[in-house]
Amino acid sequence: MSFLDLKNVTKIYPNGTKAVHETSLSINEGEFMVFVGPSGCGKSTLLRMVAGLEDITEGDINLDGQLINEVDPSERDVAMVFQNYALYPHMNVYNNLAYGLKNRGIDKETIEQKVNDAAKLLQISDFLQRKPSMLSGGQRQRVAMGRAIVRNPKIFLFDEPLSNLDAKLRIQMRLEIKKLQQKVGVTSIFVTHDQVEAMTLADRLAVINNGIIEQLGTPIEIYNNPKSLFVAGFIGSPQMNFLDANLNNKTLSAENFEIKNIDSDYNGEVTLGIRPEHLIESENGLINLKVELVEQLGSDNLVYGQIKNIKDFCYRSPGNQTIKKGNTLSLNIEENKYYIFDKSTGKRVN
Amino acid sequence: MKIKPLQIVAHIILIIGVLLMVLPIWISFASSTHENVSILTEGMRFTLGDQFSRNYNEVLNEKGGWSEEVTAAKMFINSFIMALGIATLKVAISAMSAYALVYYRFKLAVPIFWLIFITLLVPLEVRIFPSYKIVSDLGLTNSYTGLILPLVASATATFFFRQFYKTIPDELLESAKLDGANAWSFFIDFLVPLSKTMIAAMFIFMFVYGYSQYLWPLIMTTAEEYWTVVMGMKIIYTESYEGVALPRTAERFAYIILSMIPPVLVVVFLQKWFIKGLIQTEK
Repeated sequence: MSFLDLKNVTKIYPNGTKAVHETSLSINEGEFMVFVGPSGCGKSTLLRMVAGLEDITEGDINLDGQLINEVDPSERDVAMVFQNYALYPHMNVYNNLAYGLKNRGIDKETIEQKVNDAAKLLQISDFLQRKPSMLSGGQRQRVAMGRAIVRNPKIFLFDEPLSNLDAKLRIQMRLEIKKLQQKVGVTSIFVTHDQVEAMTLADRLAVINNGIIEQLGTPIEIYNNPKSLFVAGFIGSPQMNFLDANLNNKTLSAENFEIKNIDSDYNGEVTLGIRPEHLIESENGLINLKVELVEQLGSDNLVYGQIKNIKDFCYRSPGNQTIKKGNTLSLNIEENKYYIFDKSTGKRVN
Repeated sequence: MKIKPLQIVAHIILIIGVLLMVLPIWISFASSTHENVSILTEGMRFTLGDQFSRNYNEVLNEKGGWSEEVTAAKMFINSFIMALGIATLKVAISAMSAYALVYYRFKLAVPIFWLIFITLLVPLEVRIFPSYKIVSDLGLTNSYTGLILPLVASATATFFFRQFYKTIPDELLESAKLDGANAWSFFIDFLVPLSKTMIAAMFIFMFVYGYSQYLWPLIMTTAEEYWTVVMGMKIIYTESYEGVALPRTAERFAYIILSMIPPVLVVVFLQKWFIKGLIQTEK
C-alpha cells in the first residue's frame, strides 16, 4: 500500500451535486502530486477531503496505513496552505507558527527551536514579531508555508496558494515551493488551475475534469500523450489547435488536407489536435495559414491566423523571424506529432 | 488655512450641540456647590458656590432611605456591581450564543436566532410580573443575583456578535482546525481576540443599560442595602416631613453628579476600543 491511498472516493453535496466521482489514486511517500483542472472540477473538494474539511460520501482514504475517513482534521497530521493563506490576523508571525505546536502540548523550548528553524528555512526570521497585516504577499505566503512546515506533518496540502500573487512573485514562489519540497521531502498535494504551475511543480499530475481524474502521469507523459480531448486542450500553452476531420481507412481528411497511414482503426468523425509548437514552415506544406495576428514574445512568436473557416489557429515560430500580418504561411506537422480524438467521446484514437 | 463658510456653520451647529449636552451638567454641578437656601430663593446657578465639600460629604456619608440604613456610597457600589454583572454576563452569553448560532450549523440556527431577536419586542417592563414571580420563587429577591440574572440575555448583542462572526472567513476556522484547535480553543484563541473591540463596545452599552435600570431594582428590592443609584435619586432625599425642612436640592444635584461618574469612567477607559469597534474591525 502506498503512502496516501484514495479508494473510490465520492463526494455528493447535500443539494445533490456530485463533486467527485469514485476517484481512486495512490500517492507515494515524498511525492509531489498536483491536481489540475478548471474551476469547479472537484480538485479542491478532493484535497479538502484528504484534509478532513469535507466529509467523504463514499470510499476510503488511507494515510500512512491508517484509515482516516472518520478521523478529525486536527488528528490527521496534515498541514494545509490556503489560497488566502488564512493567517491568524491577531497573532504575530511567531505565534502563527507556534499555535499548532502549542495545541499539541509541545514544550516551550522545543517550539521555539522548531519555529526558529522553520523561519530560517523560509527566511522570515526578521518578521517573527510582526502581525500578518504588516507583511507583503510573498512574506505572508512564506508564513503560511512555515506554519505547515513547522509541524512536520505527514502530508502538505496546497490549495491554489499562488493565485493571489503577482505574476513575477508567483514564478519565484513556485520555484521556492519546489525546492523546499525537495529539501524537506514531505509528501505534497498541490491544487491549481494553472497548467504551467502544474507542469513545473509536479512529480505526477492528475488532470481532473467534472469530478473525474481524466489522466494521471508525469507532466511530460501527459504533455506528450494526452488521452483525451480535454487533457490535450488543458495541458500545453498556448493551447492545442483543434480541427474537425474525418477518419476513414487510416486516412484522415480535414478541411483542405489529408494525412495518410494513420495508426488507428477508428472510422468516423474525429477531432484533430496539433500543438502550435509542432508545426514547421515548409514549402508545399499541408496547412496554409493566413496570418492575422503576431504576438512577439522575444524567444518565439505566436502567430494566430485562419485556415479556410477555422479561426485563431496558432503556430509557434522561432523568435528571430519576422512574420507580417496578411502573409500566408505554408506549414507542415512534425512527424507523428498530431493527436486524433473521437469527436463524440473525446477519447484518443491514435 | 482658509476657513470656509460651510465649516463655520458646521462648527456653530456642533457648538450648539455641545452646549445642549454640557450645560445641564454644568448647571447641576454649579448648583450642587451652593446652599439649599440660596437655590430655593435664587433658582439654579451657573456659577460655583462654596459648599462643595460640605454637600458632597453629606451625600456620600449621610444615611438615607425610609429607615435611614443606606448611604449614597453603598448605592453606587450596588449599581456598579449590578451594571458590571449585567454587562459582563450579557457580553459573555451573547458572544457564546452567537458562536453557537454561526458555527454549529444545525438546522434550527436561523429560526432560533429570530426567536432571540424578537425578544427585543418584549423588554423587561413588559414581562416584569412573570420575571418577578420567577425570581421570587427562586428566593432571589434582595440579592445581587436577583438584580442581575433576569437581565443577562441580550438579543442586540447576540445580533452584533453574530454579524461579526459571519464576516470571519471560513479558512480561518479550517486552518485552526488543522492546527489542532477544538471548539473551545477556537472561541478563546480566535473569536474573542478578534472581536475585542466589539466586546468593548458592547460592554459599554450594556454597562450603561445596567446602570440606568430603575423599575427592576425598584420592584426587586425591599431591603435598603440593595438599593441602586437610580432608585435612590427618587427616594433618598424625599422629605419625610414635608413643609418642615427645606428641600435638599443642592444635595440632590451633588448626588446626580456623583452618579454619572461610574459610567463615564467606563467610557473613558474603553473609549479607544469602543470607537474602533463601531467603525472598523481588525481583520
